[in-house]
Amino acid sequence: MTRESGKENRAARILVSGPPLLFLVVFFVAPSLIMVLTSFRFPGEFGGLAPIAAPAEKGSEHGFTAEAYQFFFSDFLYAQIFLKSFAVAAATTLICLVMAYPLALLIARSKKQFRNLMVLLVVLPFASNFLIRIYAWMIILGPESALSHFVNAILATFGVTPVTLLFSPFAVMVGMVYVHLPFMVLPLYTNLEKHDLSLLDAAQDLGATSWQRFWRVTWPLSLPGVFAGSALVFIPVLGMFAVPDILGGTGDILIGNLIKDQFLGTRDWPFGSALSIMLTLAVLSVAGLATWFARSATGQRA
Amino acid sequence: MALLEIRNVTRRFGSYTAVNNVSITVAAGEFFTLLGPSGCGKTTLLRMIAGFDLPDSGQILLDGKDMVGTPPEKRPVHTVFQTYALFPHMTVADNIAFPLKMAGKRPGEIRTKVENALGSVRLSNFGNRFPHELSGGQKQRVAFARGLVNRPRLLLLDEPLGALDAKLREEMQIELINLQKEMGVTFVFVTHAQNEALALSHRIAVMNHGNVEQIDEPSKIYGFPINRFVADFIGKISIISAQVVEAAPSHLKLHVPELGEILTIGKEGVKAGDQGALAIRPEQVRITHPSEEQRLKNHFLGKVHDFLYVGDVTTYIVEISNGAYIEALLPNSSPGRAKFFEAGDMVGVSWRHDAGIFLND
Repeated sequence: MTRESGKENRAARILVSGPPLLFLVVFFVAPSLIMVLTSFRFPGEFGGLAPIAAPAEKGSEHGFTAEAYQFFFSDFLYAQIFLKSFAVAAATTLICLVMAYPLALLIARSKKQFRNLMVLLVVLPFASNFLIRIYAWMIILGPESALSHFVNAILATFGVTPVTLLFSPFAVMVGMVYVHLPFMVLPLYTNLEKHDLSLLDAAQDLGATSWQRFWRVTWPLSLPGVFAGSALVFIPVLGMFAVPDILGGTGDILIGNLIKDQFLGTRDWPFGSALSIMLTLAVLSVAGLATWFARSATGQRA
Repeated sequence: MALLEIRNVTRRFGSYTAVNNVSITVAAGEFFTLLGPSGCGKTTLLRMIAGFDLPDSGQILLDGKDMVGTPPEKRPVHTVFQTYALFPHMTVADNIAFPLKMAGKRPGEIRTKVENALGSVRLSNFGNRFPHELSGGQKQRVAFARGLVNRPRLLLLDEPLGALDAKLREEMQIELINLQKEMGVTFVFVTHAQNEALALSHRIAVMNHGNVEQIDEPSKIYGFPINRFVADFIGKISIISAQVVEAAPSHLKLHVPELGEILTIGKEGVKAGDQGALAIRPEQVRITHPSEEQRLKNHFLGKVHDFLYVGDVTTYIVEISNGAYIEALLPNSSPGRAKFFEAGDMVGVSWRHDAGIFLND
């Protein structure tokens, strides 16, 4: 390569990657830094933040403090909500994986002309508004719905007292899985669709039964897709507040709801920011672990 | 008893007959080749032997047992695929261990056998590598080792050398012959490359349009092709239309319009009056200066139409007096000299009375 074209190359690189980089700096890096700063300040008397400089009248707090973090660790309730959120996210991810894998495999092994149609059907729910779809579940799971009547009729035959589906952890899980299923299907499908089917022929030829072919060839080769899909489900579920807000009962508070309340309800911005940062750190460590795990599992090609 | 017996096997895809009433027997320890142009049905036949496809009619017997109804994973038959189909997420050693694991062998036995297999394909230090870290030839050897490690009754090879460059291919051919000898495993090899088939096989079945045209040893296939397709498909050959005027067990006398008489070797079932063609290989044809004394009975004058220099030999295409073309091969024994005749030169062509073969129309 000549020096001239190298220079041109660099200009092109800046031109192409500059705008997105700038976008990330302005709308991600800067807000994150603002949040870190906010988490170390005192809340204002009527919400917002207390001024950094000492105000004229004495007594009110000002400057920087780690109070928000101390508060978090002072009450086990908050750690509990964190753990519960992680459990919900893990369960949602697992259920999505179990449901999405056969579907993705079915699409990937279908005739080429049907694949795009099937993928379109998977993403079709995105065509209507997210909140409307969640409210629809309120009706489906509501006490007067056909589903509720059906479930309770079956329970009655076993002598079990009727249950309410809506406003329960069950309803939250249904909503979470429903919302995030496509995010698991798509990366899995993208991975499975690229598999070289002659490997399955080779495995069969060398004596592998259909179960062994799946477990020893298809599954290990699909791990990058499994990890990608899991990250795309796990991380948004952790921060999700709308689904538990609408479908969950009063006891189904997750981190997302807690953070939202700090900003919109309690108006304790520093504590809300501290919670957000704790969540970010937790997600980053989970993502880091997952990447490490993915690398050691699919090792050679990472 | 034959190890593999294919009895009247037919396979149709819609109205297209891919394999048409084919019968082949392969003996234990044999290196058997299915040779033919693409679309001749050789790969379909191979897939049916492996169990990936089933015949519409006919039987495939292995050790006298009908294999129809036995799925591929239960057949004592392994395949080396054209694309190698090595498992990308497994090391070379794990790839080779795969059939042993599937057969439920003990870990200790697996380790020993994998080591031996790696040694036999000269890849002893490559056990921990992954397939993407290997060259084409190394991948090929891993595929052979994986196919052979569990000593199948039969190893099927589907154009395994097709992806290699010419020089490497020649090396692998020699290696393949040695492997087969060492292991004593019966090979059924599929290829469209006639020189590969001639170099490797004990016997060859030449296939065309789903039919087996001829089954014989390589030298017989080359020397005594049964019909025009086989003659034309294998090696270079010149074909001159002719009619039999005299048929004796030892020789045939042929008449060629505007050329005269040609003597050739006798052939069973040919009688006087038969229409057909004389087929003759370029290396059997002598090319000389026209003035040179002709001691052979079959000699004609012609004009060099064109020539093809390929290094060791030059092929001259000579137009003889009836307008037919005859190819003659001349080794380039003088270094630095690409040709002995120029296009347009008058030359003499001649061949022995037992060269060439008559092919009925």
